[in-house]
Amino acid sequence: MTRTRLVEIERDILDKNNGIAANNRGLFVADDLLVFNLLSSPGAGKTTLLVRAVSELKCSRWVGVIEGDQQTSNDAKRIQAAGVPAVQINTGKNCHLDAAMIGDAYRRLPLLSGGILFIENVGNLICPAAFDLGETCKIVVFSITEGEDKPLKYPDVFAASSLMVINKIDLASLLEFDVGKAIEYARRVNPKIDVIVVSARTGEGFAALYAWIDRQAGRQRRAFEDKGR
Amino acid sequence: MHEMAICLGIIQIVEEKVHERSSSRVRSICLEMGALSHAAPEAIRFCFAAAATRTVAEGAALNIVELPGVAWCMSCSKSVEIARRGECCPCCGSYHLQVTAGEQMRVKELEID
Repeated sequence: MTRTRLVEIERDILDKNNGIAANNRGLFVADDLLVFNLLSSPGAGKTTLLVRAVSELKCSRWVGVIEGDQQTSNDAKRIQAAGVPAVQINTGKNCHLDAAMIGDAYRRLPLLSGGILFIENVGNLICPAAFDLGETCKIVVFSITEGEDKPLKYPDVFAASSLMVINKIDLASLLEFDVGKAIEYARRVNPKIDVIVVSARTGEGFAALYAWIDRQAGRQRRAFEDKGR
Repeated sequence: MHEMAICLGIIQIVEEKVHERSSSRVRSICLEMGALSHAAPEAIRFCFAAAATRTVAEGAALNIVELPGVAWCMSCSKSVEIARRGECCPCCGSYHLQVTAGEQMRVKELEID
């Protein structure tokens, strides 16, 4: 005769991914690496932004990129053409990158000690928000062609991000985009989110982006030193 | 469709526990899902049946306990319930809210033979 038993579990559904993400984070910290997970809808300009950023940042530190797309290695080729190592992940039918994919891809990159690893997630404003990859923080990129209320329509990704980069500001004269309103909406879902306005095409605002990256490096160094005490 | 990945996560946890307990049949799975989590209960119910096919979880009842979103209002210094992100404080109308609960997606318990 079988007896029905009640088993208490109390486990996070994403436990497995979170465990692998914690491993990745340990590797990244040991290599003194800043890791940014870039999220956006398709077409917000993540790759154009990255091509400019890595071309300029590679002069002063090691930089690498992991590219996530459903298909093709076009984006990795664009980054490699800028003189920076890049690994392409094709997710096939999956809509997001997960921590295991990043662990595998990281092993295929050269050592980037003391540098920066950018992860360009799959263009999707919903699913990638749920998956920790082990990154230092998430950055959401959204372009002014998408409308000011994007943070209200897709709040999870804005809530999960430390920085919102508003891109394509060079088109401001052609579009009626209210930057103040977009920032107000983003802070409704995340009162602490930092904001930088850029044009990946002209380079406007990139000095502020690099200054922000340097502040994250300083913060990570202090956290590491505090831990060592 | 990250809901499919979430359902596969549920099944993985269930399989581990069933194996540990040398059980062969799962009668029910109880989940806790917060209103501010990354998946909607109806989407999880929809995907679960497909994800559970030919696993130990096939045919198990899925019970989802839905928990409210809770935030700390930095303007009126109160804990308040919110149904979704981007909502204002129901007491003072401020958007200075820090989410404190309701983001969880957990497997709470199982009923096994």
